[in-house]
Amino acid sequence: MMTITETGTDTKQFWLQERAALTGLPRGKGLNIAFEAVDRHVARRGEHIALRFRRKDRTSLDLTYSDLHRATNRFANALKRLGIGPSDVVATVLGRTPALFITAMGSLKNRSVFCPLFSAFGPEPIRERLRLGKARVVVTTEALYRKKIAPIIADLPDLRRVIYADGDFDGLLAAESDDFTIPPTSPEDPALLHFTSGTTGKPKGALHVHEAVVAHHATARLALDLRAEDRFWCTADPGWVTGTSYGIIAPLTHGVTTIVDEGEFDADRWYRLLQEEKVTVWYTAPTAVRMLMKAGREIVRNYDLSHLRFIASVGEPLNPQAVIWSNQVYGIPIHDNWWQTETGGIMIANIRGMEVRPGSMGRPLPGVEAAIVRHSDDRVEIISDPNVEGEIALRKGWPSMFRAYLGEEERYRKCFAGDWYLTGDLAKRDAGGYYWFVGRMDDVIKTSGHLIGPFEVESALLDHPAVAESAVIGKPDPVAGEIIKAFVALKPGFAASPELHDELLGFARKKLGAVVAPKEIAFLDALPKTGSEKIMRRLLKARELGLPEGDISTVKAS
Amino acid sequence: MNEQELREIVKRTLHRIAPEVDLDSIDGKTDLREEIDLDSMDLLNFFVALHEQLKVDIAETDYSRLTTLDGCVQYLREKTGAV
Repeated sequence: MMTITETGTDTKQFWLQERAALTGLPRGKGLNIAFEAVDRHVARRGEHIALRFRRKDRTSLDLTYSDLHRATNRFANALKRLGIGPSDVVATVLGRTPALFITAMGSLKNRSVFCPLFSAFGPEPIRERLRLGKARVVVTTEALYRKKIAPIIADLPDLRRVIYADGDFDGLLAAESDDFTIPPTSPEDPALLHFTSGTTGKPKGALHVHEAVVAHHATARLALDLRAEDRFWCTADPGWVTGTSYGIIAPLTHGVTTIVDEGEFDADRWYRLLQEEKVTVWYTAPTAVRMLMKAGREIVRNYDLSHLRFIASVGEPLNPQAVIWSNQVYGIPIHDNWWQTETGGIMIANIRGMEVRPGSMGRPLPGVEAAIVRHSDDRVEIISDPNVEGEIALRKGWPSMFRAYLGEEERYRKCFAGDWYLTGDLAKRDAGGYYWFVGRMDDVIKTSGHLIGPFEVESALLDHPAVAESAVIGKPDPVAGEIIKAFVALKPGFAASPELHDELLGFARKKLGAVVAPKEIAFLDALPKTGSEKIMRRLLKARELGLPEGDISTVKAS
Repeated sequence: MNEQELREIVKRTLHRIAPEVDLDSIDGKTDLREEIDLDSMDLLNFFVALHEQLKVDIAETDYSRLTTLDGCVQYLREKTGAV
């Protein structure tokens, strides 16, 4: 076993330098994400387009850095007037519209905590997250409110104000001043709350601090090759961490023009966007890449993608074929990278100027100390031999590391052993230092790049009067990576039927939303359990895949 | 096959994906992704199911024409020669 040493001085030095490359609040008043992302650009490049929104009706709307500066100042003033203060949570349930970006930056200016929720979530995931986050304000639209929040509003005692982006939002801003001075902000002040899923229990609220911006800025330069004159498109929705760290914050800190697509995936439309907006750097996800591959190479010829300089992907491992395809069709490779909600920013990546090994997530970025480890209790054994499977661990100390799971100290503590953050992701490292993803240690499901906790889906199904037991797994899928499949056992008096299947499917979709609800539901007489009555998802998954069931000696006969 | 029959097939196919939706009440011109909450996988499954039932090849580049109920029916009419 290797002994654990102090965090490398090189690593510390690296982050100090990166911190120094940012501006900091005037007169040494600290570090605030919104100042680095918006205010510091105003004097030098205020008229530069910060955000270009491509709307569903094909019109577009531009916000310059000065526009964004004023609007976010007004929003911060409005929050103050509403009595919303530091550390209060301001949530959004919004599509990728200007109000989302203004809310994000305005909340950070007010030192409130910004919590973006995916607008495709159904009422149940939204209720859970708004409750756990104790959100005081939610910004949404009237239609989303009616459909997703009105049914659960009685369960949200902490909520003080709902603001409609298509209603009173503009009026609120209009009543406020353009001037706002960001109060002194400690780099350790809470800033961002991202919910993520575990195998068991409730969603986890990963809390990030203002210092995270140091990592957002540095990693966007290193792993996305972002430079000030770029036209950047991140396809992720801000409801997921990628869409906030790299769809909102990082590109703004670099002063680039970010293209925001308010519509959904469509191969033609995407290529048209890349061409018309002259996108230079494109950050997307494996599911989207696989869909583009399905659309074929022919249609690519209809478009001029010559401005594209760098492509990166995240969300789940990118198939080697996709990297090769990209080389052939776009003339440049897709650079896969790896990180998590908890890490706040990219940790391991294929970067410019480095050989891309198709199928590998790349190598740790400067400032990131990664290792493959085995651990038991508080002991961590670093595996230094190449090509041995183990858990990816990251040495504490990078700025965008999550600082808490909101209200769950014990769960947070369990993520660390000594100086190491244990990621729960299994991988191998080759002799060249490249990491290769193997799988998750737990049962969370990666579907279309979204991390879904099986427990949340199982709980929703259990609310149906016919369901006695449920277990949810990720079933491999060539496009989505995995799709959500549910197994249910019925209560006495209920019989499996196509009608009940449809009823359960509709029931789950209404509660959870299409992205979280199962795509397949199967009836079983009983679910396999361990002696301690824990349902064995892994066994169900092995059966689904036709794999050997492994050691099932602890399985209770059912 | 006539337009009415095609419309019924489209609705039946959608019903299997989103059984909670009253398909008789939806506006044929609104985007199905929003109107009945279809994610990209649902939409893909929908196209595959239409292809299997009607033996119609739906090119990926035509997907954008099939995102409303009316658009689907119109597209399938052209492809199947339905009146």
